[in-house]
Amino acid sequence: MITAERKPISEIKEMIAPYRKILVVGCGSCVAECAAGGEKEVGLLSSALRMDAKASGKEIEIKEITLDRQCVYEFIDHLAEIISQYDAVLSLACGAGVQAVAEVFPKAPILPALNTTFLGETKEAGLWVENCRGCGDCKLGVFAAVCPVTRCAKGLFNGPCGGSKTDRCEVDPDVPCAWQLIVTRLEDMGQLDLLRKVHPPADWSKQQGKGPRKIIREDQRT
Amino acid sequence: MITESRLKNVLDSGNFAVTAECGPPKGADPEVVKSKGTILKGHVDSVNVTDNQTGVVRLNSLAACALLRAEGLDPVLQMVTRDRNRIALQSDVLGASALGIRNILCLSGDHQSFGNQPQAKGVFDIDSVQLIQTVRQMRDAGEIIGGEKLASPPELFIGAVANPFADPFKYRAARLATKVDAGAEFIQTQCIFNLKRFKEWMGLVRDNRTADQVYILGGITPLKSARMAEYMAKNVAGMDLPKDVINRMKAAPAKEQRQEGIRIAVETIHALREIKGVHGVHIMAIEWEDAVPQIVEEAKLFPRPQA
Repeated sequence: MITAERKPISEIKEMIAPYRKILVVGCGSCVAECAAGGEKEVGLLSSALRMDAKASGKEIEIKEITLDRQCVYEFIDHLAEIISQYDAVLSLACGAGVQAVAEVFPKAPILPALNTTFLGETKEAGLWVENCRGCGDCKLGVFAAVCPVTRCAKGLFNGPCGGSKTDRCEVDPDVPCAWQLIVTRLEDMGQLDLLRKVHPPADWSKQQGKGPRKIIREDQRT
Repeated sequence: MITESRLKNVLDSGNFAVTAECGPPKGADPEVVKSKGTILKGHVDSVNVTDNQTGVVRLNSLAACALLRAEGLDPVLQMVTRDRNRIALQSDVLGASALGIRNILCLSGDHQSFGNQPQAKGVFDIDSVQLIQTVRQMRDAGEIIGGEKLASPPELFIGAVANPFADPFKYRAARLATKVDAGAEFIQTQCIFNLKRFKEWMGLVRDNRTADQVYILGGITPLKSARMAEYMAKNVAGMDLPKDVINRMKAAPAKEQRQEGIRIAVETIHALREIKGVHGVHIMAIEWEDAVPQIVEEAKLFPRPQA
């Protein structure tokens, strides 16, 4: 999923300061799963903003709404009837959702309430970890399903650097060395030979070669 | 004037090689590099110049190598993949050769979070093994990444590093084999304080026959003080500094700790000369280049052979 964290309340307050009527829009997908931008978080943030406005003698009107997905136009369309009644939208979606809403409503100020962070998994309750950079050229098949691009601090393709000690990364002792994981998993599967091959330089054009990427699927187009 | 790699000549002629490290200054004064070169000249075969080591901004390695070359030394250009993409790296390889630099050491580099620019973006477009392969391909096939031909290839003796003390230990010998497959011709290791483990690693390297295909230079760092030993053991990534070495430093009176550090270095060199497959030493006297001539002399590695 795409993970995100709510911005500090002070930053959000600063962004919404010029506006009185605010539509706070959550997203029921990834950011709900990582407890940053779902219906519950929309409620908590709205309450906090109302209380803060009251305490500082400021008049504010907030409406809460959570869409199933903020990155798909058919769900964003649910805002069409009400958006004109508000001065600004405070979006609790990931960066993709914020921009999709802005795309649909070109004249409305759309403000991000979250900092979008990474593609990751829920490791345990309250702990999310990054494990994919969306490089566009997945090689997990040869790296025992451990991504060195993401999980090795140096993104090394040909084995661990000299800083790996007792299976920890030199950069952060809380982080396991990705290459220790790769070597151990390949060893367990009897596939350590896969590492004898020298991997040539990666094709980063698939990640960032020509600016923002797009996927075109003719079979999906109507 | 035809320039050749002195390091390569010394090793090819079967001599036990001695290289040392020169850390460039945090400043633009060429005299600092030259004076370090003057200290080392004659006592070592070649001098490595570090590339913004530990992610700290310093005078450019290529420029410092050119300064040393002009002083008649044989520099080893250290090049990390942390700060430059493949366009810049390949361009610098050509520039190095044009300036008469004949040795290159390919590394990934210490992570930028350790240095004085922790908010920098780490490039890591390619890794150290890919850099080795790239330089080898540029030199031998006259081709850059992607296959385009060079008008004239660079002339470089290609090196890599190995850390016998990092984990996963058993994989470390295979990792060296990968670097040799990629094209490394000489290897400089992490500082050796744990001889037992180094010998164990050399055994694995001989077993997988890598030792027959590459020159291995063991890393030596003289300890300046017991405090430095404790600091390194605790804070330097990939360092294996056993307790008995620290205790030996502590046992020496403060005034004599430098001498004790040099003594340990000399003893280690003597031990390394007895290990099959070790072809030389690489002395990394951190901000203490003065110690190198003494170590070389006491290790009976002076005078250096003609090459």
